Amino acid sequence: MWASTPASRRGAFEFNPARHDFAPKTLLGHAVEGSGFGEVENAVKLIVHQPACARFISRQLAIYFVADDPPPALVERMAQTFMHSDGDIAAVLRTLFMAREFDSALGGKFKDPMRYVISSVRFAYDGKPIVNSRPLLNWLNGLGEAPYGHATPDGYALTELNWASSGQMSRRFEIARAIGSGNAGLFDPEDGSAATVTGFPQLSNRLYFEALEPFLGARTREALNRANSQQEWNTFLLSSPDFNYE
Amino acid sequence: MSKMHAVTMNRRQLMQLGSATLASMGLAGRLYAAPASGPRFLLVFLRGGYDSTNLLIPYSSDYYYEARPSIAIARPEPSSNTGALALDANWALAPAVRDTIGPMYAQRQVAFIPFAGTEDLSRSHFETQDSIELGQPASAARNYRSGFLARLSDTLLGSSANISPIAFTDALPLAFQGNMPVPNLSLKSVGKPPFDERQSRILSDMYSGQHLQAAVSNGLELRQEVAQQFADEMRAANRDAINTKGFELEAERMGRLMRDNYRIGFIDVGGWDTHVGEGGAQGSLASNLASLGRGLQAFSQSLGAEWNNTVVVVLSEFGRTFRENGDHGTDHGHGTVYWALGGAISGGSIAGEQQRLERHTLFQDRDYPVLNDYRAVLGGLFRSMWGLSPEQGERIFQQMAPVDLKLV
Repeated sequence: MWASTPASRRGAFEFNPARHDFAPKTLLGHAVEGSGFGEVENAVKLIVHQPACARFISRQLAIYFVADDPPPALVERMAQTFMHSDGDIAAVLRTLFMAREFDSALGGKFKDPMRYVISSVRFAYDGKPIVNSRPLLNWLNGLGEAPYGHATPDGYALTELNWASSGQMSRRFEIARAIGSGNAGLFDPEDGSAATVTGFPQLSNRLYFEALEPFLGARTREALNRANSQQEWNTFLLSSPDFNYE
Repeated sequence: MSKMHAVTMNRRQLMQLGSATLASMGLAGRLYAAPASGPRFLLVFLRGGYDSTNLLIPYSSDYYYEARPSIAIARPEPSSNTGALALDANWALAPAVRDTIGPMYAQRQVAFIPFAGTEDLSRSHFETQDSIELGQPASAARNYRSGFLARLSDTLLGSSANISPIAFTDALPLAFQGNMPVPNLSLKSVGKPPFDERQSRILSDMYSGQHLQAAVSNGLELRQEVAQQFADEMRAANRDAINTKGFELEAERMGRLMRDNYRIGFIDVGGWDTHVGEGGAQGSLASNLASLGRGLQAFSQSLGAEWNNTVVVVLSEFGRTFRENGDHGTDHGHGTVYWALGGAISGGSIAGEQQRLERHTLFQDRDYPVLNDYRAVLGGLFRSMWGLSPEQGERIFQQMAPVDLKLV
């Protein structure tokens, strides 16, 4: 009967009726009839309607964007938005980004490796599409956040405690040097043809003067003054605490 | 920047220095040279729950062969020098480690502790791994800022023992989260240091007064130190003198660093979650075990004479199901086998509480039971290694009486 329905696939996802258990089930106290893929959709609805789900997702977003220990009042407002909007993430994010807690927390979050690497490359090359993403993947690998590389379902850590080790900082300084001192392989086509961009990027650019320079700490300014080349200046800036937090 | 020269004190000079001086070389977030004596401890964490049943084979159990029709390892044959190696009347060593761990066992430098593990019954990798690395009582709420290796380091700091902790990993493991900043560095590749002294100083200065200051300084110093330490290895590599690779090379490097400067180390190895196509005497598990065995052997050799001052513990978050599953593999279990290795341990034995392995003695009709709690076992080891008082032991593993398996 059901087994004669073909399997449905999307990307690496597959639902195969021939391997499905069609017996009735109970989930979170609700009866779920054995109907095939419809059960999965029911299960998702049941889970998303739990207040705990609203709070969990809101808290994860608040940790990612605001603080490692986010203000409970903000998380609660986000959870309310989640429940009233039936799980509309854009609405929840609007609640987050419009909050005064978001503004007052700016500059306090340690960037995870993905944000560090992407923000560095964007700062150096915004508007210029890179040709080779292999260096990016190598850096992310070395920093411990390879895309989809987290082995367990809890996902990559979101907090400073889990990322800011001595080995992590050393590696970031080396990446800063690679980005600050040359094209870092980002513009070397895979087929071996000539690089489309050579030389090191100009980091003392308009974005720097508008968004970074006014807020630099005294120690970072001292370090930049001690740079004896543009490449070193770039390296120190990308290595600075100012650039590792946002 | 080079701390290597300070290391070669002889024992008499060390005694003359006295413990007051040693204590003053304390850890204010900086690395320092440790004299070439004193206990060393390395924890090797096999992440994924390795199948201990196919490492330490319960060959006297008929049920083992019924339960694993396609992946069981054949009983040892005395006339053969391949195949499983009988350790006693009940247990045999996997063929994959026969030539590396076998001889060490014969020299009494290895002991196995089966029926080891935790109270955690989630059978979830990350939950149980966290549980072990934190080493906290199950009843209390978890404090993710306090791992047991950090507490061990803290406790030893107060005494005259020298400790220099290090994690040979890309990220600092939970076990080392604590008050003291612990340096971490993976030894998979050691290139020349990217920053000279002047640049390192400028980078450090940017963080002075900031709470990452110690981590930043530690990281830069460690990079320099490791690059210098292995500069000769890289020259040798250019002359084709070195032919090892993978974990073995890493382990050899770890041994050299722990011979000279470091006392408490951590490394993790992945790839043990064999749900599918595990293999038996050969296959994916056997390959991983062989690589691990070679690595441990290389580690012991590169420590030189200090191997007699070293204890290595190999563990995993849990064992696997006694029976194979429908995919010629095994699933998450409970009790597992811990290894203890060291030049001067009382090895050559199967240690701790044990029981027979028949169908009716399995835990929940599927797994090994846990008869030896990891905190009791590690607590007992640490007490003996460093002569800790009961109060000191309690600071490391609260609410857990240590068990002395008389290995040290």
